[in-house]
Amino acid sequence: MEVCGSSNPTLREFGSEQNLLSRPDGSSSFVQGDTSVLAGVYGPAEVKVSKEIYDRATLEVVIQTKVGLPSVKERAREQCVRETCEAALLSTLNPRSSLTLILQVVHDDGSLLACFLNAACMALMDAGLPMSCLFAGVTCAIDGDGRIIIDPSAVQEKESRALMTFAIDSKERRVMMSSTKGSFTVHELHQCVAISQKASDNIFEFYRESVRRRYSKSV
Amino acid sequence: MRDTPLSNCERDFILKAIEEKRRLDGRQTYDYRNIKISFGTDYGCCFVDLGKTRVMAQVSCELITPKENRPNDGIMFFNIELSPMASPAFETGRQSELMVKLNRQLERCLRNSKCIDTESLCVVSGEKVWQIRVDVHLLNHDGNLMDATSIAAITALCHFRRPDVGIQGEDVTVYSTEERDPIPLSIYHMPISVSFSFFQQGTYLLVDPCDREERVMDGLLMIAMNKHREICSIQSSGGIMLLKDQVLRCSKIASVKVSEITELINRALENDKKVRKAGGRCGFAESMPQERITALKTHVSPLEMTDVEEKANEIVLRAEAPPQTVPSPVLPGPGTGQVGEGLQSSWGLEEEEEEEEEEEEEEEEQQHKAEEEVTCVAEEKRGVDVVLISDSDSEEEEVVILNQKALTKNATSSNQQMAVDSKLKRQRERQ
Repeated sequence: MEVCGSSNPTLREFGSEQNLLSRPDGSSSFVQGDTSVLAGVYGPAEVKVSKEIYDRATLEVVIQTKVGLPSVKERAREQCVRETCEAALLSTLNPRSSLTLILQVVHDDGSLLACFLNAACMALMDAGLPMSCLFAGVTCAIDGDGRIIIDPSAVQEKESRALMTFAIDSKERRVMMSSTKGSFTVHELHQCVAISQKASDNIFEFYRESVRRRYSKSV
Repeated sequence: MRDTPLSNCERDFILKAIEEKRRLDGRQTYDYRNIKISFGTDYGCCFVDLGKTRVMAQVSCELITPKENRPNDGIMFFNIELSPMASPAFETGRQSELMVKLNRQLERCLRNSKCIDTESLCVVSGEKVWQIRVDVHLLNHDGNLMDATSIAAITALCHFRRPDVGIQGEDVTVYSTEERDPIPLSIYHMPISVSFSFFQQGTYLLVDPCDREERVMDGLLMIAMNKHREICSIQSSGGIMLLKDQVLRCSKIASVKVSEITELINRALENDKKVRKAGGRCGFAESMPQERITALKTHVSPLEMTDVEEKANEIVLRAEAPPQTVPSPVLPGPGTGQVGEGLQSSWGLEEEEEEEEEEEEEEEEQQHKAEEEVTCVAEEKRGVDVVLISDSDSEEEEVVILNQKALTKNATSSNQQMAVDSKLKRQRERQ
């Protein structure tokens, strides 16, 4: 089966603001096109005895939907984000403590899981938690003609044949987490991974630029 | 997680400052903090910043069947979400006292004041009405949640547009926003809550308390009022005795504050309308401050995709060819069966084998019995052929024969026994 390459894959404009909430230890908002997510991190703080892990910190991820109560879908996404964060965080440096990451959906216009991951990474950076690497989330959609669309909007997601989200680490551009929906060939998967790795470069460059901007003024 | 405790020094400091008519953030007694109202991309989404307190409200609608006793009235539903993001003391999925209090107050402020025409939400009497749901998410808790919540809720309700509905005979059609312009809700007036906190048993009064002031206050008075100076709800909590003129003074202050806030909300709604009409960009992304060093934005960034195809091909080539999947024959062990796709059920076969085994076992038992009897006979009477036993082991057909022989031998053996018995008897008689 021939897979035609994507014509003009582009990331929608994205932006972020850190430290915008006063109560959490770290907070960020991440905007990708119209999709936006607000993230807050508390910790390392006191942990409940029932959740205590003796050699590392307990990470808890909560996703708050905009309307109604969180469903199974949110629970699954929570797990995806939690496992990615656990892999990146050096949680053994804060044993027997709790880290809480709260993600609030502000507007969903596609690529929500990728936006969750990016907002989470920015918030963890803002909280100053030790991490072995940074991570970026990238969503790819394969439409009916086999074209790969990167960072799809809600309409594009609906029309797509397959949808894949990857979390990519900053050190070696390896895939830390993948979540896929729909059917695709092995070749398409590898193509999507390769494109996501390319796209993650832009996001990591953005992280670097925002940190540079943030610490440009010495107090 | 537990909330950060307030130390005694802080408590004393705040109280002393209030006695000296000073506030922590430099405000005067009757000053509100800065209010910022911004809107989301879709209708009915509103953010309110009251100083550092931040609240998001989202209005949504749904067609449902009305209550039986009110067949012509639409339904208003309020849900306040105490997100753990706002304060570490808030927990998810637990009905806290604060949540119930806020929810009740918001209901009294907006639903019981009849500020929204619920009859206009009726589509088919007794069958279909709109349910308007208001979700309020608290994002950052820095005191005076009620005022921020009430401003966010009423602004979101004013901003909201419900889809148009067409009725032809029995059919009800809900038109999408592209087909017909959505309709705003009919709102009679805008009740806004204003909070007053009292210190030292009502000696000192502050408007719009921040989080730390709320922690040291003795009592709280919330007055919900509209710009026509009509009081919609009034609530005193904390257990302080207020004098009549104190309440009257508070209501005067409230009327001034409410007219200011209403003006602000109308301006914000006006602005948003203008921007939407002009087709400009709106939403959360646009309300993000650009000049702060903590914020950064990029433009649409195209990706260089030239070598992606080759890379993917390379990876596919380098990867090992997937092993040819041939359905392997399954050999179930004794007493096990496998049920699955493409596998023949071997349960029937198993049973047959088992039966055979059982038969064999039975036969073996019979043989065994026969052998025992034969040996018994051999012991009792040495004259019996031992060759017969070996014969019985070898083939089944002979077993039958052996059985017959055994039966005959049984008879003989019983005779033998009797003989033995009589011998014993004789021996005893001799003794």
